[in-house]
Amino acid sequence: MSNTDFALAVEDLTVSFDGFKAIDNLTLYIDKNELRVIIGPNGAGKTTLLDLICGKTKASGGSIKFKNEELTKLDEHIRVRRGIGRKFQTPSIYENLSVFQNLEVSYPTGRSVFGALGFKCTDEVKARVQVVAEEIGLADTLEKEAGLLSHGQKQWLEIGMLLMQDPELLMLDEPIAGMSARERELTADLLKRICKNRSVIVIEHDMEFVKQIAHKVTVMHQGKILAEGSMATVQADPKVIDVYLGH
Amino acid sequence: MNKFTTWIASKGLGSVLTLAVLLLVAFPLVFDIFRLNLVGKYLSYGFVALGLVMLWGYGGVLSLGQGVFFGLGGYAMAMFLKLEASDPVTTKIQSTPGIPDFMDWNQLTALPLWWQPFEHLPFALFAVVAVPTILAFIIGYAMFKRRVGGVYFAIITQAVALILTVLIIGQQGYTGGVNGMTDLKTVLGWDTRTDSAKYLLYYLCTFLLLGSIALCLWVQKSKLGTLLLAMRDKEDRVRFSGYDVAMFKVFVFCLAAALSGIGGALFTLQVGFMSPSFVGIVPSIEMVIYAAVGGRMSLVGAVYGTLLVNFGKTYFSESLPDLWLFLMAALFIGVTMAFPDGLAGVWETKVKPWWKRKQAERLAIRKAVEADAASDAPVTQTGNPGRKPPLTGSVSGQSA
Repeated sequence: MSNTDFALAVEDLTVSFDGFKAIDNLTLYIDKNELRVIIGPNGAGKTTLLDLICGKTKASGGSIKFKNEELTKLDEHIRVRRGIGRKFQTPSIYENLSVFQNLEVSYPTGRSVFGALGFKCTDEVKARVQVVAEEIGLADTLEKEAGLLSHGQKQWLEIGMLLMQDPELLMLDEPIAGMSARERELTADLLKRICKNRSVIVIEHDMEFVKQIAHKVTVMHQGKILAEGSMATVQADPKVIDVYLGH
Repeated sequence: MNKFTTWIASKGLGSVLTLAVLLLVAFPLVFDIFRLNLVGKYLSYGFVALGLVMLWGYGGVLSLGQGVFFGLGGYAMAMFLKLEASDPVTTKIQSTPGIPDFMDWNQLTALPLWWQPFEHLPFALFAVVAVPTILAFIIGYAMFKRRVGGVYFAIITQAVALILTVLIIGQQGYTGGVNGMTDLKTVLGWDTRTDSAKYLLYYLCTFLLLGSIALCLWVQKSKLGTLLLAMRDKEDRVRFSGYDVAMFKVFVFCLAAALSGIGGALFTLQVGFMSPSFVGIVPSIEMVIYAAVGGRMSLVGAVYGTLLVNFGKTYFSESLPDLWLFLMAALFIGVTMAFPDGLAGVWETKVKPWWKRKQAERLAIRKAVEADAASDAPVTQTGNPGRKPPLTGSVSGQSA
């Protein structure tokens, strides 16, 4: 478990549910400013891997180091405060609040109980909300109730809520699921913009989309890494073709 | 004045102001002191209902044991009053004069150590808030950190209510047992049983209640209030936005407990005794009914709900003593079935839009009348024979 230059170093990570190893001795390194896409068949353990990194699931063994700090013993909210943001597979936003409020409560100050009581929506916060809203294309709908947004807009809003926190590692679980072709393009552009100055992990099934955005691709299968490399190398890998791409 | 009304409207304080006028002016004018004292007693339950709006309505955590905190606050106050009422002169017939009568009956010969701080009013007042809050913190921390919630949490709070009742009844020598603490008379020599004292206590209760509403409104308007709503919707999203969700729940639980404690103390002061019958499961559930009837998302609604249910209870139990429990149950079931958001919900979704429609109609009629008058006016002035001359025509005619 040596220290590394990587943003995220996952080593020998294992988690088992009643003996079934959803993640099996997995080792994965993510560079700073890298956009990594994880692909793989259903049940390969992709979402579980993100759950382990953000703390939703506790690891049975192994280590997860973020900027050389061991995460496995930390609570979820502490990991977030260290700079890890996670977007869930189904859009997870506060439906009853306005778009503005959704972004506002995601601003990373006043996170303790009494901090939240004393929190003031300063010009700085408003400016940040405005910047993020423009980035995700929702600047015109700030006052709208979030539950009334379209599915694609909800996905963007959740990404925006993470951007409010300016995380150093952003993890997105199927960000374009259920989006139209046009929305996919916009999302690809958005991801290309926001991966500057931070590392991004994306889980995705859509190969065209993966080709557009990925710096490097990791293929998972049965809780292990099957292949890793550029899109072209991975696509040419016979093992990958066999279990995932080919048939 | 105009500035004041717009400020009230902008802050959404109109309903609070109405309630304040009702409680501070209307009730004291309408009711005799016996009824007013009764209202004061109901209002002390109102504190619990306010706490439930914050905890259940906003926090999404249902507690069926708020009577525990009401009782603890009430007992803390009662202990002080009981000690003051048990001076050596009035209790000289006891085998140990100077201790509360129930202790003497139970063969206690000295005041227990943990009773002694309650000889001082400041400590008693501190305990009224602190004891419920600390207990709520311990229960809340233990439960919410372990992610216990929903039905399980409700059941545990019921268990706590039961445990505390059994404890109070069982430890007769220390608590007065099932009879509670009775014969409470004075606060620092001031007799609380006179009419003037009752008026004063009623106003004290009302001001504290309005202050509590202001405090809760402030919490609701803060980021913490927004986060509570967010947590009710998507708890995981809040947690993975860097918030310690459990501590936020602990906070509202403590807030609700502190409010209940204050309510309990005011109950003791106004009614003159405290007993385990206000601690257990049944009163705890009744308090949830108040909040449900009033509307669990509305602070003001919860106070109205408390008043309404209690007036109903008093009225039914006076006029239909055999039926009132069934009528109470019918009221609760009826309200929750037909109006899940309680009275406040009915007000917001039914009464207000209806009133607005009426207002709009009235305005439209007035405008139509005015327009008629305006269009008539130039006709008579210029003596133009046409009933409705084209406006542009007349203007160009004048300029030419």
